[in-house]
Amino acid sequence: MAKMTLEELRKLREEQKESLSRRSTENKDIQIIVGMGTCGIAAGAKETLNAFIEELEEQDLKTVRVTQTGCMGLCYVEPTVEVVMPDMPDVIYGNVDPEIARKIIRKHILNKTMVNDHVFDRPAADIVEEGGDQ
Amino acid sequence: MHRTICDFALDLVQNSIEAHSTLIMLDFFETEEDLTVFVADNGSGMSPEQLEKVRDPFFTDGIKHTKRDVGLGIAFLAQAIEMSGGEFDIDSREGQGTSVKFRFDKTNIDTPPVGNGAHTFFAALTYPGEFEMVINRKFKNSAVVYSYSLTRSELSEAVGGLDTSGSLRLLRTYLQSQEEISEEQALGRMN
Repeated sequence: MAKMTLEELRKLREEQKESLSRRSTENKDIQIIVGMGTCGIAAGAKETLNAFIEELEEQDLKTVRVTQTGCMGLCYVEPTVEVVMPDMPDVIYGNVDPEIARKIIRKHILNKTMVNDHVFDRPAADIVEEGGDQ
Repeated sequence: MHRTICDFALDLVQNSIEAHSTLIMLDFFETEEDLTVFVADNGSGMSPEQLEKVRDPFFTDGIKHTKRDVGLGIAFLAQAIEMSGGEFDIDSREGQGTSVKFRFDKTNIDTPPVGNGAHTFFAALTYPGEFEMVINRKFKNSAVVYSYSLTRSELSEAVGGLDTSGSLRLLRTYLQSQEEISEEQALGRMN
């Protein structure tokens, strides 16, 4: 890959604007929030954040909001990630390594099914299925 | 404990953001022998009393987590530097800001790996908030010298915001290209 200039970056954005505007209403209510406190960073949250961006690209999801926050208070299960989207309960996932991050995109966001083994907060116990998400 | 030197740098940047800084500078200067990181901000700063306790892992300002008495970021950094023979310096003035400079000796066996610069700058630049950030990256060895600068507001304008997956993907591609040419350059010149 050649070193890109800012001008080339602007041009690339212009080229992609058309497809972005076509999709501007899709997925815009989906938000992924990655915990990046000291505990999250030490547990590898940077790689988790990167995996989300890679998988969103892989799945051609261009308008999902991806943001960061500090420690969510679940330091024992870092990296932690909150997913907020329509038709699904708000969920905080724990122990989200890059592989689980990709699984969250494919299962939670695309198939609207929770990744049960990694749910650590928010949904009531009765909607988390026993026995994992195999 | 953090895995890489990049993780320590990111932790310091996050401290600056949480101190309500409107301007953050991150210098990341690397040679074959060492890596020097300088983080400076114009945030809330610390009093001399707070500054004295900053390396104590059981001290925190109690703002983020009122029921906890730990603050591990700088404590871990100071410990890792002590173990590997580097240098650490911090200066802070209440109401004016904080600057932290540290150097790791890359040849010491106890020094953590450097980590991925592009991923680190990506995470630092895309942390939410209204602040400006300027990152200066330099690498120098016997065969090659390269450097580049990143300005958050400029990049945000170029990719159309820093919070949707489409614009983040563009930013990620841009940052990776800045690092990859560096590797090509270094290899090309050394061969």
